[in-house]
Amino acid sequence: MILRPEPTIGSCHSCMTPADSGQESSPNLREREKSEDRRRFLKRTSAALIGGAVLATGADLFAAKRPPAVGDKWSIHSWGMVIDVEKCIGCGRCVHACKIENNVPEEFFRTWIERYRYFDGEVVVDSPHGGAHGFAGEDDKRVPDKAFFVPKLCNACEKSPCVQVCPVGATFETPDGAVLVDKEYCIGCRYCVQACPYGCRYIHPETKVADKCTFCYHRIHKGQLPACVEACPTGARMFGDLKDKNSEVSRFLRENKTFVLKPHLNTYPKVFYHGIDSEVR
Amino acid sequence: MIAALSLALASPPEGVIGFIYPNESEAYWQFLIVIYPYITGLVAGAFILASLERVFNVEAARPTYRLALLTALAFLIVAPMPLLAHLSFPLRFWEILVTPHFSSAMAMFGFVYIWYLLVVLLLEIWFEYRRDAVTLAQRSTGFLRTFYRIFTLGVFDTSPKAVEFDDRAIRIISVIGIPSAFLLHGYVGFIFGSVKANPWWSSVLMPIIFLFSAIVSGIALVVLIYMVASVIRKKPFNMKSLDTLCGYLFYILIIDATLEGLDVLHRTYAAEESFDILYALVHGRLFETHIVFQLMLGTLLPLALLGLIQITKVSTQIRQAFYWISTIGVLVGVFFMRWNIVIGGQLFSKSFRGFTVYKMNLIGSEGLLAGLFFLILPFVILYGLIRLLPPFEEDEAAAEHHAVSE
Repeated sequence: MILRPEPTIGSCHSCMTPADSGQESSPNLREREKSEDRRRFLKRTSAALIGGAVLATGADLFAAKRPPAVGDKWSIHSWGMVIDVEKCIGCGRCVHACKIENNVPEEFFRTWIERYRYFDGEVVVDSPHGGAHGFAGEDDKRVPDKAFFVPKLCNACEKSPCVQVCPVGATFETPDGAVLVDKEYCIGCRYCVQACPYGCRYIHPETKVADKCTFCYHRIHKGQLPACVEACPTGARMFGDLKDKNSEVSRFLRENKTFVLKPHLNTYPKVFYHGIDSEVR
Repeated sequence: MIAALSLALASPPEGVIGFIYPNESEAYWQFLIVIYPYITGLVAGAFILASLERVFNVEAARPTYRLALLTALAFLIVAPMPLLAHLSFPLRFWEILVTPHFSSAMAMFGFVYIWYLLVVLLLEIWFEYRRDAVTLAQRSTGFLRTFYRIFTLGVFDTSPKAVEFDDRAIRIISVIGIPSAFLLHGYVGFIFGSVKANPWWSSVLMPIIFLFSAIVSGIALVVLIYMVASVIRKKPFNMKSLDTLCGYLFYILIIDATLEGLDVLHRTYAAEESFDILYALVHGRLFETHIVFQLMLGTLLPLALLGLIQITKVSTQIRQAFYWISTIGVLVGVFFMRWNIVIGGQLFSKSFRGFTVYKMNLIGSEGLLAGLFFLILPFVILYGLIRLLPPFEEDEAAAEHHAVSE
């Protein structure tokens, strides 16, 4: 079963439907709620306007340079992904979904799929179009001894080399463990692209700044899953809170042997793989 | 060893061999980033040569002392330009100074640069030329007179006591300047050496290799400019000075070559995970630039020619010819050393399973013409500086004579 992250602190409550929040309401109750909602709305809007005017005079100029203001409680989450390679069929729907969801240009990838095939000791790796169109129409008619697909994405490293090298701090780790890029702040020096050991970053041809997988940060904070996880037909990608012992990812990590990519680099990835072998880098 | 690489050919993009991560199809650091460490190295090397004369009282280096200072300044002015030009948003560069991210090596560039430019180089040039500026202000008219008067910052005292103070100040600045020059270029090496994702760059030896290659390139440049300037001015070479400087070039080149050899030896002996791909890189895509230009033309040839002069008696004419060839060889070799580091480090995939290509454009912000512009610009600036602040011995002697007769 794929985990659906619970919309807790930091989630966008306004996006939740009554069904989402488990509420049931009568007509009277609904009327009262509506009237209370209006009062609350007016109060909050006035407060926000006054507060905004004060902040905008100075302090707020610097706010854009930092990660979005968050409460301490955001750090109770640590988002991560587990990829069960044994379940991946290389259909490419995840890559496709990611491209649509995140406006990823044709020639670059926030996520991609690699295919590993073994022929008499020779390892052949490929990823045509990042696997976006699947792997059908193969010229090589040989039957491999062994084959598997490995979806790749930003490893959301706990000790991210990309965050470390950014000269202005435009790429940063959020308190809940995602690694993001502030595109209004990035100077486009490309040092982060060089520093990423996993080839997960690129310069977006339109924005001219560094771009990468964000775990669909805009979605997970609405209580939704990343687009790639949502689109995966076999459940090969699992996403959730690594700090929540009851989450599917935590349970999977507890019960299965998993591996991270390039562990010798000490980047402490939060993307874990089940079922890969040592040829995967 | 190459056979150990499993290089699969499965519908790769043009020029790609084997498998690369899909985002690796383009080189993110291109020609301008080759030029940046090259120019910075020339600055550091030229300054260290100048400091030799002052700190260690090497009289034979005196004829090139001022030339070395002006060369360092001309190249330092240009040093940040290719760096800025390659940014997607050059106007956001000030963010590095205003909101630096201190864990980033690159964030230190602005501070190291400002320290070096303002505290070290400009100050030393001011102390060195102040007395000359006073006399030149007296001799000049119009714009030049105003320029020299501003240059003196109102200090017109040319008494022996004041000149002695200038000399003492220069000595102190030089002492501070040597570690600053080491910092400037060692730091550039650290930018590459600290990238653990890239085994071609990741080496603790990288800063020190950058530093010594910077020193040899700086000495070679100043010697070459001195020789060219002498030819243009129809003056004979000061052979004693050339012999001394090229002697330094030889010995520092030995250290540089030894360090690079040590790096190769270590990589070969340790033969870590990345060894096969790097071996294939050096013997494949980097063969011309690494083996031919950097190693043979830029290192072995100058070592052989300069070494011959050290161990045998060679006629003046042949020595001069050897110095021409060696200095040009070193400059070409160090340029390709930077090329091999920057471009070479992006020609292989971090998956260690394939190679990509780098094709330089003729025009465009990272094109050949843009690069050549940044390589030629320092010489234009240097020409202007030489016209304003005469660096040659006879100019200095004339100024001194003028000051005494006053």
